[in-house]
Amino acid sequence: MGFPASLPPRIPVSQYPDMLNLAWTIPLFPLTACAVLIFFGARLYRRYGETVGWIGVAGIGATVPLALGCLSELIMGVAPAGGQIAWAHLGQVTLTVGYYVDALTAVMLVMVAVVATCIMVYSIGYMHGDEGYSRFFAYMSLFCFAMFTLVLSNSLLLLYVGWELVGLCSYLLIGFWFERKVAADAAKKAFITTRIGDVGFAIGILILFGYVPTLQYADVFAAAEHGMIPSATLAVATLFLFCGAIGKSAQFPLHVWLPDAMAGPSPVSALIHAATMVAAGVFMVARLFPLFYAAASAPLLFGLSPLLIVGFIGLITALMAATLGVVQTDIKRVLAYSTISQLGYMMTTLGLGAVGFTAAVFHLITHAFFKSLLFLGAGSVMHGCNDETNMFKMGGLARKMPYTYWTFWVGALSLAGVPLFAGFFSKDEMLSAAWTRAHGEVIYWLFFLGLEAAAFLTAFYMGRACFLTFSGRPRSHEAEHAHESPPAMTVALMILAFFAVFMGWIGAPWLGGNLFHKFVYFTPGIHAAGHAAPASFNWVVAGISTAMALGGLLAAASIYLWKIVPVDLVKKPLYPLYVAAKQKYYFDTVYDIFVVWGTLGVAHLCRLIDTYIIDGLVRGVGWIVPAVISQACRLVDTYVVDGLVNYIVLLGCLT
Amino acid sequence: MPILSIMLFLPVIGLTLILFMHKERQVNLTRATATFFAALTFAASLAALGMFRWQVATMQLQEKVPWIDSLNINYHLGVDGLSMPLILLTTLLSLLAIIYSWRIEERVKEYMAFFLLLETGMLGVFTSLDFFLFYIFWEISLVPMFFIIGIWGGPRRQYAAIKFFIFTLIGSLAMLLAILGLYFASSPHTFDMMALAQQNPLAGAGLPAALIFWGLFLGFAIKVPMFPFHTWLPDAHVEAPTAGSVILAGVLLKMGAYGFIRVSLPILPEASRQFAIWIAILALISIVYGALVAMAQNDLKKLVAYSSVNHMGYVMLGVAAAAFLRPGGDSASFLVSRTTALNGAVLQMVAHGIITGALFFLVGMIYDRAHIREVDGFGGLSKQMPVYAGITMLACFASLGLPGLVGFVAEFMVFLGAFGSFKIITGLALLGVVITAAYFLWTIQRIFLGPLNRQWAALHDMDGGELIALVPLCALMVVFGVYPRPLLLIINTAMEALVNHMDAVHSAAASLSHLL
Repeated sequence: MGFPASLPPRIPVSQYPDMLNLAWTIPLFPLTACAVLIFFGARLYRRYGETVGWIGVAGIGATVPLALGCLSELIMGVAPAGGQIAWAHLGQVTLTVGYYVDALTAVMLVMVAVVATCIMVYSIGYMHGDEGYSRFFAYMSLFCFAMFTLVLSNSLLLLYVGWELVGLCSYLLIGFWFERKVAADAAKKAFITTRIGDVGFAIGILILFGYVPTLQYADVFAAAEHGMIPSATLAVATLFLFCGAIGKSAQFPLHVWLPDAMAGPSPVSALIHAATMVAAGVFMVARLFPLFYAAASAPLLFGLSPLLIVGFIGLITALMAATLGVVQTDIKRVLAYSTISQLGYMMTTLGLGAVGFTAAVFHLITHAFFKSLLFLGAGSVMHGCNDETNMFKMGGLARKMPYTYWTFWVGALSLAGVPLFAGFFSKDEMLSAAWTRAHGEVIYWLFFLGLEAAAFLTAFYMGRACFLTFSGRPRSHEAEHAHESPPAMTVALMILAFFAVFMGWIGAPWLGGNLFHKFVYFTPGIHAAGHAAPASFNWVVAGISTAMALGGLLAAASIYLWKIVPVDLVKKPLYPLYVAAKQKYYFDTVYDIFVVWGTLGVAHLCRLIDTYIIDGLVRGVGWIVPAVISQACRLVDTYVVDGLVNYIVLLGCLT
Repeated sequence: MPILSIMLFLPVIGLTLILFMHKERQVNLTRATATFFAALTFAASLAALGMFRWQVATMQLQEKVPWIDSLNINYHLGVDGLSMPLILLTTLLSLLAIIYSWRIEERVKEYMAFFLLLETGMLGVFTSLDFFLFYIFWEISLVPMFFIIGIWGGPRRQYAAIKFFIFTLIGSLAMLLAILGLYFASSPHTFDMMALAQQNPLAGAGLPAALIFWGLFLGFAIKVPMFPFHTWLPDAHVEAPTAGSVILAGVLLKMGAYGFIRVSLPILPEASRQFAIWIAILALISIVYGALVAMAQNDLKKLVAYSSVNHMGYVMLGVAAAAFLRPGGDSASFLVSRTTALNGAVLQMVAHGIITGALFFLVGMIYDRAHIREVDGFGGLSKQMPVYAGITMLACFASLGLPGLVGFVAEFMVFLGAFGSFKIITGLALLGVVITAAYFLWTIQRIFLGPLNRQWAALHDMDGGELIALVPLCALMVVFGVYPRPLLLIINTAMEALVNHMDAVHSAAASLSHLL
């Protein structure tokens, strides 16, 4: 991922069709769709009915060939391309906005375009009959625009802009069914929680701006690599930047918004809260990896380098969310916690350093496919069961919804990391990276073991979800009368299921030795020490993680499918943990008391101070000063003026 | 062509014509005349923009006519990159306010006359280059607003109007004393702002310079308003009629911040630098405290009023950062960060004028329909009034600094620049951004989301007249949010020159003390 030291304003045209130089047009397609739907959506809807949804599909579908074009050009060896325009003038400095497409950006572009297209097609069926039909596609298109902007940016400035805009779309879409209080609350919570992280992000940018007043990646990276930024400052800056990623990628301790975000429609959960937006935090760390890497030598808190802190936050998140996933009853919440956990995985891997870079990005891509598949599957289940989300009220859906059933299992196996499925290859690479690092430094054993434990839990809760939902007998009226979803939905499921299997194979060892490695990788700068190649396939690691995956699935099967192990046998000894997990480890409670009510309390205190003390002072002065002056005047008038007059008169009389 | 004078006195011509109209029989003619002259003034300001050259840092389109020779007072007008955007903001908001005020039925003649007089007063403040003239226009703008609140206001209008008047008057008096102090300190005695900036009459004078600085501070800080001089603002806003609130928040508050940038920084650079940290602290309090108090409000107008305290705090933070210079720190990057802060401050003035102007229009519209302004009294209006809800949400998001809208650009630049001068204060000020997001989203939720409050099932959505007032403002929010460059080109040239001017004074003082 080598950036040129500074970008020429125009890149020389290559002999290939010039897709890379057209990459900046990609966001414009969904933006146009959004504008059409916002301004004319209601009118078009009255006239053409639900055909308007295809405007959204067209807007995002048009980006697929462009994104693929960019990717293939880069694969063919064309140099990364970019361009920019002046945006703001600050003294003699000019802030620019621009785009830059390299391997990392290109794979993200393709991922977003393909996943979003599938989800849009699915939404045609899923949103059928909803009052806000055209509004839904308008917001989804706006989201795609924002996400492309974020991915294509060549500077921290535009990254931040895209970052906040995806946050807006997330807000609008979580609260899509705004009449429901749960949805409106969740939307607000998501926006504010991520904004807390974004303050950190902003401070990071402010620190860097003092050294590199252009905010362009190329310049910032060059400054970091050439030591123009003191390493301690750089370390602080990267940590602040990472706060943004903690918020957006729902990492501990700002993960609380993501499970609630499931109040939005399922396609939203699939696109935004699983596949793309929440991965933006991981993308950001990957994109700014040269900074994190350059700061790696600067010990910060407790002697930990920024990357190690990233790793630990990721590890805590991965384990914590995995345990929470085990106790959920709501099918979408299982997937939500699983998303948090998997994002933690990616962060942990990035925290391993250069050796984990490729693996984390690879998992980001494969995860996008199988997790969006799972969410769409859950949406299909809800669609068939009259919006029931409680898995304990489902059961026996396998025969009623066969397409959903098979594709959901594909997604689940991929997520669990069963061999030959996409998730296996990417997860295995992450674990190999940890394994490699652990042989150098002991602390990384913690990472390896933690991730393996999380892998077991992942397989367990996915098995649990699948068995509860699809196997056994129907446990409610809804489940009994469930029906398969319309073709628009099942086709999208099948396309995604295809990717959830074969996407991983580009990282497989036997296809010319891991194609993904050869394309997306991190090259440490000239001054950075200790070059590390991406970890290669390792049979020991693969064996351990396969055992974990199968073990988790078997454990789930023995409890929930075969019922040979009663639930209480597991629940009893772990009861305190179970209660705590049911209460989401009390994060929401603590935040409610200290942050929400605390802030509101302070706000009301300030209001009272303002009314009674500050304005009271003003009114007091306004009351006292005239009173004093008038009294003083009266006294002066009575005694001095009048007295003087009397005196003079008296004097006059006397003389 | 003396375009500035033409622009300045067009409203006065309209006002004179209106005075000849019949109170009751020619109501529509009165309204049309006022609208026509406000539109002409807007056109004149656009003409001035056409004649303005952004590459030039010095005062342009200057007009200078001797007025009172014995005191060396001139009728001196001019614009630069600081005043040009504010003039456009003034003429635009005045036009929109007058268009919106067609719905006023009570004493239309006086109302329109006061509005036109107010416009001249505000434009005069932004174009005068002579302190005497500046002070006259400053006071002229005060009087019509006093009557607009006092006559067409809400139930407690008299209390609010008097409070507004006394507060501002105290500030004006302090400012007048400071102006006289500057006059007598200069030699030859002059009221000319540019001459004073060149002369720098109080260079090296500790106490007199400090007194004059704080005198000016009181006048400007009350107008901004900065904590703790802000309590007139919520009362004035709550009682003022909608168009009055728009002008008050959109333009009048800017006069205070304009005063700091036009007067305090160039004429008293050393005192400004010395006291910058205090201004920054007050700005920080205004930001965080204003946001917190806004959060605790139930009255929509008060909420927006306190959000103005919050947002004008960013302006003042930018101003303070530009005035401040760390000892020994005059590297190129400091120049950049201070110019950035000042650019951000001026841009924030424009942004706040556009956004808060829109917000007060929106509050007025809902009040006209429901006759309440209590946030808790609504609920679920999104369904009932989708266009109104959409535009209000746009304005709220602009106000909370969402990228792609103009408020973000301004706040981001203030932070970007201020961080160079004040690390911790700026970091804490960023908390204001979270609180602002929280109270706007909470407000949106309580008014628009959730199930529809049945009480409001008969409210109608926005009509054409209301859209005329709001669409231009929304368009500007988006245009300058996406591409602020045209505006910044104008602002940047002047602000860079100002920062260079301040540094030149500092280095002159430094070399002087070195010689001694």
